[in-house]
Amino acid sequence: MSAVEGMDTAHVDAHDHHHESQNFWQKYVFSEDHKIIAKQYLITGIIWAVIGISMSVIFRIQLGMPDSNLSWLKPILGGWISESGKLDPNFYLALVTMHGTIMVFFVLTAGLSGTFSNFLIPLQIGARDMASGFMNMLSYWFFFLASIIMFASLFLQAGPAAGGWVIYPPLSALPQAHPGSGMGMTLWLAAMAFFIVSQLLGGINYITSIINLRTRGMSFDRLPLTIWSFLITAVLGLISFPVLLSSVLLLIMDRHFGTSFYLSDIYINGEALPNVGGSPILFQHLFWFLGHPEVYIVLLPGLGITSEIIATNSRKPIFGYRAMIASMLGIAFLAFIVWAHHMFVTGMNPFLGSVFMFLTLIIAVPSAVKGFNYITTLWKGNIVFTPGMLFSIGLVSLFVSGGLTGIILGNSALDIQLHDTYFVVAHFHLVMGAASAFGLFAGVYHWFPKMFGRMMNPTLGQIHFWFTFIGIYLIFIPMHYVGIAGFPRRYYQFTSYDFTHKFMDMNMFISVAAIFSFLAQFIFLWNFFYSIFKGKRAPLNPWRSNTLEWTTPIEPVHGNWPGEIPAVYRWSYDYSKPGAKEDFIPQNIPYSQTLESNFPHENELIATEKLIEAQNFNDQFNAH
Amino acid sequence: MYYIIALVALVFVVLTGVVIARLQDVIKSVKKEEAPDAVPAGNKLNGAMFIIVLVLGGIAIAWSYLHAREFFLPEASSIHGRRTDDLFWFSMGVLTIPFILVNFLIFFFAWKYQYKKNHRASFYPDNHKLELIWTIIPAIVMALLVFTGWKAWSDITSEAPRDAEVIEITGKQFNWIVRYGGVNDNKLGNYNYKLIDAQNEVGIDLSDENSFDDFQNPTEMHIPVNRPVLLKIRARDVIHSVFIPHMRVKMDAVPGMPTKFWFVADKTTAQMQSELNDPNFKYEIACTEICGQGHFSMKINLVVDDEESYKKWCSEQATFLQTYPEYLAKVPDNLKAKAMKGLPETTAAPADSTASASL
Repeated sequence: MSAVEGMDTAHVDAHDHHHESQNFWQKYVFSEDHKIIAKQYLITGIIWAVIGISMSVIFRIQLGMPDSNLSWLKPILGGWISESGKLDPNFYLALVTMHGTIMVFFVLTAGLSGTFSNFLIPLQIGARDMASGFMNMLSYWFFFLASIIMFASLFLQAGPAAGGWVIYPPLSALPQAHPGSGMGMTLWLAAMAFFIVSQLLGGINYITSIINLRTRGMSFDRLPLTIWSFLITAVLGLISFPVLLSSVLLLIMDRHFGTSFYLSDIYINGEALPNVGGSPILFQHLFWFLGHPEVYIVLLPGLGITSEIIATNSRKPIFGYRAMIASMLGIAFLAFIVWAHHMFVTGMNPFLGSVFMFLTLIIAVPSAVKGFNYITTLWKGNIVFTPGMLFSIGLVSLFVSGGLTGIILGNSALDIQLHDTYFVVAHFHLVMGAASAFGLFAGVYHWFPKMFGRMMNPTLGQIHFWFTFIGIYLIFIPMHYVGIAGFPRRYYQFTSYDFTHKFMDMNMFISVAAIFSFLAQFIFLWNFFYSIFKGKRAPLNPWRSNTLEWTTPIEPVHGNWPGEIPAVYRWSYDYSKPGAKEDFIPQNIPYSQTLESNFPHENELIATEKLIEAQNFNDQFNAH
Repeated sequence: MYYIIALVALVFVVLTGVVIARLQDVIKSVKKEEAPDAVPAGNKLNGAMFIIVLVLGGIAIAWSYLHAREFFLPEASSIHGRRTDDLFWFSMGVLTIPFILVNFLIFFFAWKYQYKKNHRASFYPDNHKLELIWTIIPAIVMALLVFTGWKAWSDITSEAPRDAEVIEITGKQFNWIVRYGGVNDNKLGNYNYKLIDAQNEVGIDLSDENSFDDFQNPTEMHIPVNRPVLLKIRARDVIHSVFIPHMRVKMDAVPGMPTKFWFVADKTTAQMQSELNDPNFKYEIACTEICGQGHFSMKINLVVDDEESYKKWCSEQATFLQTYPEYLAKVPDNLKAKAMKGLPETTAAPADSTASASL
């Protein structure tokens, strides 16, 4: 994959650009600038995160301190708190459901991938903006519309959707089965349909931009791993989200138009329903066909961000750049053929179970490669503990610790006992929830200077990291114990059974740890919002990093670079190169200027520099 | 007893407090020096924190594990259950090695290779041999785990033996109903969800002669010890899931799609009571698929009897027709005589008369 060869066939963008002055609405609200859209995604994601995590605190209080009086929540929750200060069991299920939906889709998909794909793709590939600024704007506003609808459902008299974030029918299809399956579910489905539209608009844009708008010399083997991860994530989303959309549409048909895709042989509320021939399991297949890739849609951007930050702050090239790409591709491919491991005990053919067990456990191999490559990148580094770096190291630890228990759950024989217990909850919160959230934090701390032109307070960031990191382990390690003891998830309380009549103090401990971690997030919130306005002014390249975004002005202008877009001559991981003056060589420095540190094969590349410089076709401002 | 965990947490908090206090001094001193490169304040302290968290975290995990152990995987009472338990602990044991190794390396390297002035990191972009090693080793370990798991899974999900005791369990919001084939033919009769009503809760089809001696029970399930039991599982309204923690049994109950699970219980309730020294011990069946408001309390007790008491219990149960003789009306005429065989004459006679009256 030579840098020059790939570019000859690239598409020539004949887009006329006018530097019109924009009014406030065009500039900050209905903006087509990827940097503003990224910030919109980030702020919306943060607001959702506060709502979603607050919900988990409420149900953790219910689970850990079942006797506590929740009357103090009456001003917010009103009728959902009974006269005696008890949480309504239906609302408990609504909280669990909305926590899952919000965190998975609105925070870790839109907030993480939406923010950093938008912000970093044009800046790191050297483009003026996304391929279609208008579609990009639409993508955010569809997400905003989905957010408004989902938020509105929280205020319904009968409560929001409450069938679990996986909304398995028939429970979700039959309003008579559950108050949460009425209007709340209708709004949930509508919001998700718009959310999927938003994801598709965004994803198409990410893929197109990465393929077509790379700057001169930016071949695929010089792309930072962040961009690789966003590309793979977008492809995953583009293939799997339409399947969720169709499953949602079929569910809407079953709910409102009398079809029987998911319904059969049902007798409820003294009435036998006429529907026959449908299959509730069909929904689960369709849902998990998205649902499993979704795990990687959430996680891969975090891994990409981590790769970049660990390399930068270890002052070392990422170990095994090609292996990292290969393992991401491997994970992405396998992500599509493992979905039924969520369904081992649904009664599906046991042979199918064996196949999916086998495929699932293969994922451990590329994941292990990634883990070891991160560790080797740390080895013999010169590590700078910026908050972004701390969160990246934390991510690797959480990813490995949480991933290992996945090997237990992917084993269908062991899943029989552990399925739908707290072991599962602990597993996916570590590997997908907390690890991805750490990716989000790492990204925010690392690219905050580029986003807002100011620095976040590093000391507060470090404190935030240690509180959160320790807090996460204090919550989820004991939660594995509760799961091994067989506690089923989504239980309002554990008083009905003898086998759950233990671990009272353990559950209380988990809840205390959860509240502690929740409170620690306010350090971040304060640091974030304070630094936007009052933070120390950022230098041009605060982390002494190689990627292109640090060659833009401190606050990138519209079009990112005031003059020409820089050309790229090398990969983004030339840290601590032997012989080099500095311990980093940015991507836009040609080999002809670094003769002292070039390897023999790099000296040969000097000849191609003129060719690279002669190209100018991807600049949307300078079409020819 | 978990106060010690809380204590460990407290130690963490205090330590972090100390770190913050120390950091303040460091910031001040760093500010004076005005370090030219972007090394944040307190790099050393953060490096040290990795070792502190590694050591204290290791102690905390080991300690909490040992003390939580008594509640792990409640005593298995089925043959396949002990097998999956062994497999679980074997896998956990294998996985503990990478858990400790990887976390140790992450934390240790973070501390060891922290920023040193005038020091340069090694340029070490790849090593194919190393990468090959850590691709192949996990692959071999996975192959081992897959193989053992697959063996266990295919045995557990194989066809039930012919002599298995067949029992039907139906989930509805929010309880379970069990149905037995009856003492005369020991065969479950047909069902149809359209026949469900307030009494005929699982839709027994009384035009099938196998159903005449069927009996059902909404509060207790009895099974014989040391004999395969085949659960035929279904649901009436939404998805439920049969979970018998002590038997390591879990299988969804899906409306419109009957499922099954077979197992051999090898400890009677009485044996477990004496073994656990708990005269109140009961086997329980729970629901593990969210099914609505009452999901958390959808319980039915399970009693494992020795063969004799099981037979006795079965023979003592009133059949569905004995409980609700009016359903004789649903029995086709040519089978009425057979259906009435088990019924006491006093109840059978009026039932018969209503039946003929309705004809």
